[in-house]
Amino acid sequence: MKKTASFSAPPQTARLILEDGSVYPGRSFGYPRSTAGEVVFNTGMVGYPESLTDPSYRGEILALTYPLIGNYGAPPDCAENRLSRLLESGQIQAQGLIVSDYSPQYQHWNASRSLSEWLYADKVPALSGIDARALTKKLREKGTMLGKIEFEGEPVDFVDPNRENLAAQVSIREPVLYGEGERRALLIDCGCKHNIIRSLLRRNLQVLRVPWDYDFSGEEFHGLLVSNGPGDPKMCRQTIYHLRQAMAREMPIFGICLGHQLLALAAGANTYKLKYGHRSQNQPVLETGGNRALVTSQNHGFAVENGTLPRDWQPWFVNLNDGTNEGIRHASGRFMGVQFHPEASPGPVDAGYLFDEFVKMLYL
Amino acid sequence: MAGKVLILGSSALKIGEAGEFDYSGSQAIKALKEEGVYTILINPNIATIQTSEHLADKVYFLPVNPHFVEKVIEKEKPDGILLSFGGQTALNCGLELHRAGVLEKNGVEVLGTPVSAIIDTEDRDRFVQRLREIGAKTARSRAASSAEEAVNIAGELGYPVIIRIAYALGGLGSGVCRSEPEVRKLAGKSLTHAAQILVEEYLEGWKEIEYEVMRDRHDNCITVCNMENFDPMGIHTGESIVAAPSQTLSNREYHLLREVAIKVIRHLGIVGECNIQYALDPRSEDYRIIEVNARLSRSSALASKATGYPLAFVAAKLALGYGLHELPNSITKVTKAFFEPALDYVVVKIPRWDLKKFRMVSRRLGSAMKSVGEVMAIGRTFEEALQKALRMLETGAQGLVGNNGEFQFENLEQELREPTEERVFAIVKALQSGYSVEDIHRLSHVDKWFLHKIARVVEIEKSLEQASSDSLPGALLQEAKQAGFSDKQIALASGKSEAEIRGLREQAGLHPFIRQIDTLGAEYPAQTNYLYLSYNGGEDDIEFGDEKSALILGSGAYRIGSSVEFDWCAVNAGYALRNSGYHTVMLNYNPETVSTDYDEFDKLFFDEITLESVLEICRKLKPAGVIVSMGGQVPNNLAMKLHRAGIKILGTSPESIDRAENRRKFSDLLDQLDIDQPPWKMLNTLEEAKVFAREVGYPALVRPSYVLSGAAMAVASNDSELAQYLQKAVRISPEHPTVISKFLDNAKEIEFDGVAQHGEIIAYAISEHVENAGVHSGDATLVLPPQRTFFETVRQMRNISRKIAAALQINGPFNIQFIARKNEVKVIECNLRASRSFPFVSKIMRVNFIDLATRAIMGEPLEKPEISLFNYDYVGVKAPHFSFTRLEGADPTLGVEMVSTGEVACLGNDFNEAFLKALIAVGYRLEVKTVLLSTGSLASKMKMLESCRLLKNLGIRFYATAGTANFLRENAIPAEILHWPLEKEQPNTVDYIKQGKIDLVINIPKNYRKEELTNGHLIRRAAVDYNVPLITNRELAMRFAEALAQVKLDDLQIKSWDEY
Repeated sequence: MKKTASFSAPPQTARLILEDGSVYPGRSFGYPRSTAGEVVFNTGMVGYPESLTDPSYRGEILALTYPLIGNYGAPPDCAENRLSRLLESGQIQAQGLIVSDYSPQYQHWNASRSLSEWLYADKVPALSGIDARALTKKLREKGTMLGKIEFEGEPVDFVDPNRENLAAQVSIREPVLYGEGERRALLIDCGCKHNIIRSLLRRNLQVLRVPWDYDFSGEEFHGLLVSNGPGDPKMCRQTIYHLRQAMAREMPIFGICLGHQLLALAAGANTYKLKYGHRSQNQPVLETGGNRALVTSQNHGFAVENGTLPRDWQPWFVNLNDGTNEGIRHASGRFMGVQFHPEASPGPVDAGYLFDEFVKMLYL
Repeated sequence: MAGKVLILGSSALKIGEAGEFDYSGSQAIKALKEEGVYTILINPNIATIQTSEHLADKVYFLPVNPHFVEKVIEKEKPDGILLSFGGQTALNCGLELHRAGVLEKNGVEVLGTPVSAIIDTEDRDRFVQRLREIGAKTARSRAASSAEEAVNIAGELGYPVIIRIAYALGGLGSGVCRSEPEVRKLAGKSLTHAAQILVEEYLEGWKEIEYEVMRDRHDNCITVCNMENFDPMGIHTGESIVAAPSQTLSNREYHLLREVAIKVIRHLGIVGECNIQYALDPRSEDYRIIEVNARLSRSSALASKATGYPLAFVAAKLALGYGLHELPNSITKVTKAFFEPALDYVVVKIPRWDLKKFRMVSRRLGSAMKSVGEVMAIGRTFEEALQKALRMLETGAQGLVGNNGEFQFENLEQELREPTEERVFAIVKALQSGYSVEDIHRLSHVDKWFLHKIARVVEIEKSLEQASSDSLPGALLQEAKQAGFSDKQIALASGKSEAEIRGLREQAGLHPFIRQIDTLGAEYPAQTNYLYLSYNGGEDDIEFGDEKSALILGSGAYRIGSSVEFDWCAVNAGYALRNSGYHTVMLNYNPETVSTDYDEFDKLFFDEITLESVLEICRKLKPAGVIVSMGGQVPNNLAMKLHRAGIKILGTSPESIDRAENRRKFSDLLDQLDIDQPPWKMLNTLEEAKVFAREVGYPALVRPSYVLSGAAMAVASNDSELAQYLQKAVRISPEHPTVISKFLDNAKEIEFDGVAQHGEIIAYAISEHVENAGVHSGDATLVLPPQRTFFETVRQMRNISRKIAAALQINGPFNIQFIARKNEVKVIECNLRASRSFPFVSKIMRVNFIDLATRAIMGEPLEKPEISLFNYDYVGVKAPHFSFTRLEGADPTLGVEMVSTGEVACLGNDFNEAFLKALIAVGYRLEVKTVLLSTGSLASKMKMLESCRLLKNLGIRFYATAGTANFLRENAIPAEILHWPLEKEQPNTVDYIKQGKIDLVINIPKNYRKEELTNGHLIRRAAVDYNVPLITNRELAMRFAEALAQVKLDDLQIKSWDEY
């Protein structure tokens, strides 16, 4: 057990302000600077380190509905070849963090520092003492809103992160090659969670991770995986363009989350923004035409519009709670995408078998 | 889909198997009924909701054992049977029926989890083998069938080891052994309960984690909830403080264990619900699976209440063949049953022990269960939930701190190392005495995260103590409330009164918020009525409309003296109120109950039952009034306080309640009304008490006020005992008077349960005790209608009751206890609330006394039901169930303080039939060939003589110690002499019991109460430890002998409730 960080003298107060004028005063336990973004909530009960480092949260102020946060501190941040061993990227990606009850005392064999110390090091502001349930109810009723964490005397303006190409911000700059398998997967990194890479490596694939707009027409590979990532899929025009080319070559493609939306756009379907998105670890999805149901981990604000799927494309999974699209599949069996996260981390690993399906595609 | 389904209940409440199975059985029946399935229930636990008329189509109040269940199957010819809703009792019975081929022969399909999967989880060798097949880790262990074998295995595994029994509920007979002699001793004992024991590596200091998992026939799985034990491995999960969800697990650990759980449940092929328990290394991701329970359990009930997910209900639907994705989530109405709840609060469960009620019992917590009930608290910080839960126990704690030396430890470090039920307070004490979190962790193995939370509460108390006496900073007050401090706790720390703190709070506008449990962290607008209070928040989740509502206070934790019967009363009061057009609101905090089911009331507050919380709820709810007479003593004790705080109490006035509960006032009242009572005196000084006791003659009865189950009641035989008992009584109920009265020997005790309106009796029932006065009414065997009570006695009781009802202007339920000797009738006690026997009399007489009482309370015009005690051509007998087996060392004798943990009731065409059925249901066996007899005093021997002759004529052989044996021989009854245990000579009584040579022990103690290791104690204890039926009451022994002489097992009729 470590002492709480020495910088956190008496807790500073700051406010979370929403674009509708709601104000939630809280106590700062992260980096003491004002910031702005889109406010979203996540109902997962474990996995704050994984969520915070998920690049899909870029631009988002993340509110956790599970009230006790910080209990097991932060794991060591060890990475090799730009691949983190335990986390989902090399840094905290969320714009800010909102919790109800922060635990300054933490305990875990694998913790190297407190959550507070980590947030401070990565310069991410965080507030505790905020009724995240009340906040969630508001977002649920009014939809996702812009918001800001404001410290006394340090005003900031609201910022809409969805107007930016966030995937471009979180993607890798240069291609990186991992592993030595006999088959090679090309991974388009739109903000890829590292557990996608680890999941592929565990299945003995070689992974070529390329930037979101990389022209891979000259690369040799057996299949294409389009990663998750932040923001509006329609911002990634180059990726969509490249995907269309790959589809024309009948290259096997598997899209995850944003990658799934990009695949749908490339196929000619449409995407739209959900009222408040799906961000949790308990999203139930049902495979169409059967009785297989999965509990899935999700983090997305946009979705594929079922009705716009072109001929030869079928909805593959559907959300049991609200009926939204959770997956698509092409009649050829060569292109598929899921809205949820088979790599989990955080969340249930029930959908992990989809990577096995992907591996099979590489042998088609 | 099956058209006719048999459901096995769990019989009497006992340690390890309590009210949770009323919840699960009731939910299963509801789920089946919804599908149009014809349901047949066997459960002799008459106080349960599941045995109500509106649930199962047919109810059999018969023992849940293979003999009776087979007969019911032959008679009813069901298509299917549910084994997993009645605890281990039902599961074991079902397995025996399966093995005997009864199910197959009668074409009865086991619904849900197949029998082979159940056996896989119950047989340790097969269990380990099955898990090995999928690479799931279990503790290294091996089965042993002799003590010698156990010693060898332990040697191979290395010490310490833990010994367990296959097919045991609540960890019966298991324990940690650190040396060879310890293994030898425990293995020897455990092997008398089972043919096979398990010797296993002991994972000291590992975390203990549980998951509740569901699977449907399409192989879809979810985990409804996980839970983390505050107490490390080694303490049975039923004995542990438990948090839900887990608090110290990372995402990797949480989902590693979840994944393994799903793999296991799939591999075993469970359909429905199961519970999987893990040990998790606190220093790595290494784990062991401890066990899988392929049935609804205590933990699943807890998980259900903790998450709001209706586990038992859904499990029953899965057993019928539904898929999880096909079922709606009936609590949220917006999601499907295929869904894992997301909590936005933390739940803390704490078991409730009653160990101090028992003589000579070991209070050490370990791998065997001793607790009798549990509480669950909900908060939005761990501190808030933990402190609430500690108060809910009603064992004198104000929370973690503010307990004013209530908990003293002779050896603090030992308490931390070898915990008892007071270990949490030892941790507090250690922190206050300067131990570091690190030190305490080293001694106790409790995770430091939990310890830091406790330390924070200790710090806040310090700040409160240091705050200046005239002003308490608002921020500190808020911090304390958010950490779960009650007003009284803050008052104690800051030297103010509870009312002052309430005043300060009101000035500051500091009130708890009403929060909703919706299973999905507010993600969707769920329509739930499941609520709790928390100071951690910014707004109420719901607003109350202006419905005409009534708040019913529940019974709180099950404990000895207050259990499922009061839940039955509270739930039935709710039904009656709803029928009368009220919006019903329940306040209770017991996760084992039906009253805390989401569908029983219009609103459910899962929170404390205290003055503070009731006032806060009333502030928002503004109910027409509060009903305190249905939940037993906990709500009853609040009547006067609520009344003084301006809350409307519905029913008999609080002043009247006080006149009945306050022993002095009540005795005065009886004198005024010219009603006979045993000579009594209010205690002023010990000397006066002694003078009085000598004057009327010992034995004298010590009686504190406002207590349930006769807590601290005792019969003193001499001055020194009197002094000792008085001291205890004053401590247990310091605000109220203690009275002593003459104790009458050889008198009958009779119960009068009634309902009155405006002081006039509307309905009543009279039940007689089999045992003479001196055995607490909760431990007595009750007979309705009375069979051995004089008509004149009944007439007098009726008249006296009328006088009392009128004098106290009773409006609602009440109970009066009488003693009678040769038609001299005296009143000993009166409670102006529903009593333990209300469900019994209601169901036997088929008149719902609670429905009547509730309508009386609400002022509805009532007609007196036509009931006459002479019009019944059947008899109901209620028998207590004792859990002495689980309370190591406890002396299994009866006295004026209640010790039974549950009860059953059976019907028969006559007394003998009903009596024997009830006794079988609590574990007696009719196949008696040998009896070990000791009968106490000569007078007692004389009284027993006729019974002994009856037994002799049945061909039963007697063993006895010299005195009794000689007496028997003198009276022409052959008896073989055995030596007393302490004589250590052969042939010895204890050895005969151990060797299974004795079928029944009749041991009538000479003294009322004596705390020493006597020969009698050793014989009784051996009987209990080696599972030999034991009778310690003379009247009970006599009735048993008479019944055995006249009725055979096959004479006991298989008749359902409606056939009487």
